[in-house]
Amino acid sequence: MVGSDTPARRILNIYLPLAFFLLFLLFPFYWMGIVSFKPTNDLFEMKFNPFWIQRFTLENYLYLFQNTAFPEWVKNTLIVSVVSTAISLVCSILIGYALARLRFPGSSFLGVGIFLAYLVPPTLLFLPLAQIIAKLNLYNTYWALILTYPTQLIPFASWLLMGYFRTIPKEIEECAMADGCTRMEALVKIILPLSTPGLISAGIFCFTLCWNEFLYALIFMSSGPMKTIPVGTVSDLIKADVLFWGSLMASAVLGSFPIAILYSFFVKYYVSGLTAGAVKR
Amino acid sequence: MIGRETVSSSGGTVQRHGRRSLRRFLERESSLGIILMLPGAFLLMLFMAYPFFLGIWLSLTDSMIGSIGQYVGFRNFIDLLGDSIFHQTVGNTFVYAMVTVPFKAVLGLGLALILTNRMRLSNPIRAAVMMPWIVPTALSALGWYMIFDPVFSPISWLLRSLGVISKNINFLGDPNLAIASVCLANIWRGVPFFGITILAGLQAVPHELHEAAAIDGANAWHRFLHITIPAIRGIVLIAGLLSIIWTFADFQLIYVLTKGGPANMTHIFGTYAYQIGLSATDIGQGAAIALYMFPILSVFAILLLKYLRRE
Repeated sequence: MVGSDTPARRILNIYLPLAFFLLFLLFPFYWMGIVSFKPTNDLFEMKFNPFWIQRFTLENYLYLFQNTAFPEWVKNTLIVSVVSTAISLVCSILIGYALARLRFPGSSFLGVGIFLAYLVPPTLLFLPLAQIIAKLNLYNTYWALILTYPTQLIPFASWLLMGYFRTIPKEIEECAMADGCTRMEALVKIILPLSTPGLISAGIFCFTLCWNEFLYALIFMSSGPMKTIPVGTVSDLIKADVLFWGSLMASAVLGSFPIAILYSFFVKYYVSGLTAGAVKR
Repeated sequence: MIGRETVSSSGGTVQRHGRRSLRRFLERESSLGIILMLPGAFLLMLFMAYPFFLGIWLSLTDSMIGSIGQYVGFRNFIDLLGDSIFHQTVGNTFVYAMVTVPFKAVLGLGLALILTNRMRLSNPIRAAVMMPWIVPTALSALGWYMIFDPVFSPISWLLRSLGVISKNINFLGDPNLAIASVCLANIWRGVPFFGITILAGLQAVPHELHEAAAIDGANAWHRFLHITIPAIRGIVLIAGLLSIIWTFADFQLIYVLTKGGPANMTHIFGTYAYQIGLSATDIGQGAAIALYMFPILSVFAILLLKYLRRE
């Protein structure tokens, strides 16, 4: 903002409202965090101030690792997320490049189709998709999620990468091809290295969505230890039983942690990727 | 196009010829473009387009899970019109999607106007305010589940200590409060999306515009009305339409917090389709519930597409 910014005005106009937003947006995480470090009995102790930890304990976390399938859930979530992210990135690079650089019959129609696919919500598809997954004998296998997640990732990632590829001058590529590169070689050796921020944003986007996905995971991969972290936490640790509050919150904290870290490191890339892909286009 | 001779020492003329024509085929924009679309298109066809049409077929049958049923015409759709829980569901969904969006947009705008100021620690602060939007919703919903708990709620504790209330608030158990509670959690999750998107829009506004207006004597409020608002109107509209579509078709937040209860007061299309289609195994009827979303979502999708085209 322009104008004379005295410190007092800055506090009133910026830091006070910012404090309100931080309190509102971060309080649930604070609450999850402190409950996960409290002994269960302390929750019932009405004379304790619930906003602080009176007696610190790690028993909830120990319980999670020793008495639940949490380590399995982590493994499942990681495998599914990494593989579907890889598949989605490859597909999206190819689509993004084709739409950004090549003229072919139906390209503008396909571009609109990909955009519309971004708007198709999983709630519209999950019932028939459950039939298809059953027919293909994929129930309770990693493939059920690895093959279905990309449908939610490819549309946005393709648009983001298309936007990125368009910011790279055509001439660089044409020089490489004049020197004997094929188009594909030019894509791999010239375009991709220049699009690193876009690729990182797209990769983070895909990985996060896989890690967070709930509906498909709840239905397609839900028996025994074959669960992802969100599904396992919600369906195995809530037994209408107060005893599990601590480990329930511990699981929620640990399940959110990798995503929080990922964003803290890459927030710059992410915002720049959003700007390049979604705003400037 | 640049054609290049490939001379392999061992390959015969036929093989060389074949490889060359394959190569020329790959260098042609029209053929290469289609080939590059194929892997993604295949997945989208098999796991998005095909289930969509299969869903239409299922909704026209009396299929139960595990058994393909008979064609029954529009009976599932007609039955739902007389189903009072479905009426409740439609009402809830509109409240959930329409009431939350203005709150998210206004709070998000406020957040963006704060974040656009130069300040210390701006990157960590941006990362922090993004958290509700980016962490797994099913897990953060558990945080809200506990905040809304009838016994342990910190809100109840605070209000009780202050003497405002004498009995704990039953946020999710009271039929009238439950929808307000899930809306609050939804607003919490959506504010960062609006905030960061509008922030990106604000940063595209040239600083000189504000300075010039300030020199001409425009105060902060006038600059906000006549420079900021017109500059970000488009991006707010896009974010709003996306948010309506996503909230309309939500599932996990409600599933974790209330599973549609109490007394179906928080059921939305997604959770009701899940309950009828999977829990009650009436997959034909469930598919019909989900498909009732389609015309409504289409309206918002078309608005979005038209607006983006005009830009």
